[in-house]
Amino acid sequence: MISPVFMKTLLGTTIAEELPGLVETLRGNFLLGWLPSLDESGASLVAAIIHVTLVGLFFGLPAFAFIWAERKVAGRIQDRLGPTRVGGRFGWLQSLADGIKLIQKEDLAPNAADRWLFQLAPYLVVVAAFSAFMFVPFSDGWTAMAMDIGLFIALAVLSLEVLGIVLAGYSSGSKWSLFGGMREAAQMVSYEVPLGITAVIPVVVAGSMNLNEIVTLQSGGLQNWILFHDPFCFIAFFVFFTVTLASNKRAPFDLAEAESELVGGFHTEYSGMRWSFFFLAEYAAMFFVSMLAAILFLGGWWTGIPAIDSAVVAVGEGSPAWAYLTRVIGMTILLGKAGLLVFVQIWIRWTLPRLRIDQVMATCLKYLVPISCALFLGVVLWPLVLLMTLGQSTILGEPKGERLPVSDRKVVSVEQPATAPAEPVPATEGGAH
Amino acid sequence: METFLFVLFALSACGGALAVVLTQNVVRMAFWLVISLGSVAGLFFSLDADFVGAVQLLIYVGGTVVLLIFGVMLTSKEPFTAIKQNPAEIVQGAVVGLAFLAMVLATVYAVDWQSHQAVVVGHEHDGLPSGYNRPIEGNTARSIGTALLGVRFDRDLGKGGEHASGEHGHAHRDHDVSTGYLLPFEVVSVHLLVVLVGAAYLARAKRRRPVSAA
Repeated sequence: MISPVFMKTLLGTTIAEELPGLVETLRGNFLLGWLPSLDESGASLVAAIIHVTLVGLFFGLPAFAFIWAERKVAGRIQDRLGPTRVGGRFGWLQSLADGIKLIQKEDLAPNAADRWLFQLAPYLVVVAAFSAFMFVPFSDGWTAMAMDIGLFIALAVLSLEVLGIVLAGYSSGSKWSLFGGMREAAQMVSYEVPLGITAVIPVVVAGSMNLNEIVTLQSGGLQNWILFHDPFCFIAFFVFFTVTLASNKRAPFDLAEAESELVGGFHTEYSGMRWSFFFLAEYAAMFFVSMLAAILFLGGWWTGIPAIDSAVVAVGEGSPAWAYLTRVIGMTILLGKAGLLVFVQIWIRWTLPRLRIDQVMATCLKYLVPISCALFLGVVLWPLVLLMTLGQSTILGEPKGERLPVSDRKVVSVEQPATAPAEPVPATEGGAH
Repeated sequence: METFLFVLFALSACGGALAVVLTQNVVRMAFWLVISLGSVAGLFFSLDADFVGAVQLLIYVGGTVVLLIFGVMLTSKEPFTAIKQNPAEIVQGAVVGLAFLAMVLATVYAVDWQSHQAVVVGHEHDGLPSGYNRPIEGNTARSIGTALLGVRFDRDLGKGGEHASGEHGHAHRDHDVSTGYLLPFEVVSVHLLVVLVGAAYLARAKRRRPVSAA
């Protein structure tokens, strides 16, 4: 027996607005008279705590799982078994054992280090990776901060991570760390350019930077995924994936760590908890960019099979509780896609050799930047050329992102309640209707 | 709540800025700069200017400061470079800084805030079509984007809304449409292109030297 108000707070992004009503309902219906009444600021405080806790779980738990997956997959790829004992079968508690070991270690700082910055740098990295999760929808409407500029601000916040790594490399007072930090800075400053351009490509197709809206537009079958919107988007997905590998300093772009030449790169001098913060942030960022790729290109929480999607949405139409279930299913699908992409990242790490630093820079500046610029141009021109020749703006799927007034919109088979703001002027693909 | 956040961000912005001035170590300065600039981004967010806040984070905190630290790492000769000023430099800096502060204060106090209250606080978009922009949530990206393309919905549609009925409204709109920020946007684009070409030229010029000379 859950009241509609409660379900609405779970579903919507307006927890702060709903909380006072929810508290009153609880006080009235559930004999919870001890609950204090909430005013507006108290409600937004409680809502913030709820959001932070949930986002914190999504920040920590996937990292926990993926560290285990990394060891297991690495073992299998190298014809070993990987962890087998901790937690019974498959060594699934290996990450916990690692964590306990790391907590017990002594918190060291080298004499040569700039101690204050040295101790502060890991927190910067963790905070940046954590904050990025605030802007991602985990399922329809499930986002801590729903913003029209969601994609832009998520990438902006994630880019702060590099700052902590560069500071760590600089303040360690060690040559290895300094080299690691410099490589990281050079690499990140260059790779942000293709990252930004390839992230703009789905924005051009969808006509929105709101991540929730981008996924909503991809409903109704595989052909509606932005990945299959046109050949340029298809290539852009792989460019985006490559660039995110580099921006997460994953192999083959892990020049900043480079165990075989730089000992550990920027984290050579770190131990214990501070060291583990870097890795927590790294695995969380891996998960974050995988989720972003799934949202931007792979249809987010849609399975891509219209029958299943319609069934899932139909389940949610009965009552708020069922709508909640629909969103849980959607979240599972999205997490599944993201997990698959993380697996590919791990797979690449253990099968491809590391590039040299000059090769990394050449890959970015000589290949990825021109390729992504050409793809961007192609995506912009594609619907115009198709309109001139075929008379329609897409080959597969429904036209996306052409801002029709709500009254003129075609109803797609799996259509969420229209969240897309209607705009009188077509934003990107001018004159399409 | 809003007052508390404003005080928090304002204090950390000013404190960070002071610390930048007072610190001797360049990289620590960069860190304080991050605190200060990040708090300014927070102030933008609390003013519902989320796009500007995000740009502040991406460009200043994520870009400029990283470049600054990168530059220090590439150029410094000893670890943890400290800046030692002589008294003359301190006096110079203080004079320039205080003069700037005086100018800013004079400007702030010259504005009649009471009568501009409505303009600053109550930016309502009554004439807008529904769903176009929700001012409460600070979704400014779309209006900024269209303004850069030369369309000011917040002005033009508002004007149209006053005279929406009849032909008079349309006639009024036709000769009074603003062009937004299209011209500055184009000028800045060309400027950036020139800078890029110049940077590419400078970077190439070094490579053309014969190997024996290097």
